[in-house]
Amino acid sequence: MLIKKPVDIKSSEITPKELYLNRRQFIASASAVALAAGAALAGIDLSAPGESLAGEKLKNLKKGPPAYDTSEKINSFKDITSYNNFYELGVDKGDPEQNAKYLTTRPWTVTVEGEVKKPKTLDIDGIMKLSPLEERIYRLRCVEAWSIVIPWVGFPLSALINQVEPTNNAKFIQFVTLHDPKRMPAQKPSIFGSALEWPYVEGLRMDEAMHPLTLLSVGLYGEVLPAQNGAPVRLVVPWKYGFKSIKSIVKLRFVEKQPAASWNIMQPQEYGFYSNVNPEVDHPRWSQATERRIGEFLRRKTLMFNGYGEQVASLYKGMDLKKYY
Amino acid sequence: MSNWLKPSVFLVCLVPVSQLAYRAYNADLGANPIDTITRFTGSWALIFLLSSLAVTPLRRITGWNELIKFRRMLGLYAFFYALLHFSTFVGLDHFFDLNRIAKDILKRPYVTAGFTAFMMMIPLALTSTARMIRRLGKRWQQLHRLVYLAAVAGVIHFYWLVKADISRPVQYGIVLTLLLGYRLLVKWSSFFATRLTLKALTAPSR
Repeated sequence: MLIKKPVDIKSSEITPKELYLNRRQFIASASAVALAAGAALAGIDLSAPGESLAGEKLKNLKKGPPAYDTSEKINSFKDITSYNNFYELGVDKGDPEQNAKYLTTRPWTVTVEGEVKKPKTLDIDGIMKLSPLEERIYRLRCVEAWSIVIPWVGFPLSALINQVEPTNNAKFIQFVTLHDPKRMPAQKPSIFGSALEWPYVEGLRMDEAMHPLTLLSVGLYGEVLPAQNGAPVRLVVPWKYGFKSIKSIVKLRFVEKQPAASWNIMQPQEYGFYSNVNPEVDHPRWSQATERRIGEFLRRKTLMFNGYGEQVASLYKGMDLKKYY
Repeated sequence: MSNWLKPSVFLVCLVPVSQLAYRAYNADLGANPIDTITRFTGSWALIFLLSSLAVTPLRRITGWNELIKFRRMLGLYAFFYALLHFSTFVGLDHFFDLNRIAKDILKRPYVTAGFTAFMMMIPLALTSTARMIRRLGKRWQQLHRLVYLAAVAGVIHFYWLVKADISRPVQYGIVLTLLLGYRLLVKWSSFFATRLTLKALTAPSR
């Protein structure tokens, strides 16, 4: 007998309609969809290099484990896509949205190398089909003491890791962002030098990378990831400060020793390798005890591991988190 | 100087705050309005502070002496924007949580620097009236040298708070260095000029 499971309601469908209409510049996107549909019928491939796919609806999303979703109010699409830290596209919060047009995401490949039995280079379209896409509503806590709630679309990083079969020597993964000043204009050095060294790199310990909360994200709000949010594929590690969730990934390197991480290289005493959200360990220059949730007036208390302690505290058992900040 | 110039400059100095109010009214301050207001008012406080410090060098270089008439106005506008900036910190950012504010000032070097700069500007604003200038006489000038320290503290405040991109605070720093450097040069050159003249005067005549 075939029992059809009712499709769960996606958060995107609970979002107030005005918000939706507002943000989509409805007519523009409707005509784009019509154009794409027409082209598909005519057998024309519109996804030529240089095209931005942001805004395209992602189909067949399944719901992630409900225990992982926050029930807090989801921030608006506008807030999520206009208030970004993405230094490759500019250092001001509004810059990445302005410069999003430069970051073309096709063609795009991700190389997986190092301590794995099956190193490979994956095409972005292959990544999007690597595992069923899920929606996960996570809090994101920035190291600058603000936070935001985002309905990500992606799949657990563990799905990719299992495919490449890490060797016994694989203790960490280093992630690498694209380095291409043409597509990432702020990577061009200015007379004051560069804010960070390029390419941006980040790292996770293997157990952190395998944790079911850790996502490879390819979308948000049910749509393809906008460039300013790290298109076409990014990491999401919700219990760590936002900068750990590296954007626009082109390489995963499985390594034995703790790898370099960009902010950690720049200011080791301010940004640790672990960088777990911790209200008791202040940034040397500012307090991490409270945060401002985007859209709220009063500061709220920051939670240990950004509120994901139940899921992840066991990873750090016996570790002095003041020392390994 | 024509009669309209001073009122015009007065109005132009109100453009930034009007722009901010307009954006606030239209809910156009971005996703994090408190942060936007804080940065906006802080930047303009520094810009006006540096502008007031630019008056004397510009006057000397261009010979346009009437520029001096704008110095007080620019200084008071610097104080006005700094007051908005400080009020945002106290009222919006920390919502009058005095305990936390005090902790921030004592514990966070960048807040300490900014707070120091603001504190130093208060006596300058209070003694900016014609009557106070007369009353304090020579001491007025000594007191108002505090503005150099306030500007240095203000730029340091900005430099210490940025995460990685130091380009903007460095730009302010360069301008401030030029403005203070000019004063030092003038002082030294007049010092050496005096010494040379003295030497010439005291040299034994043949």
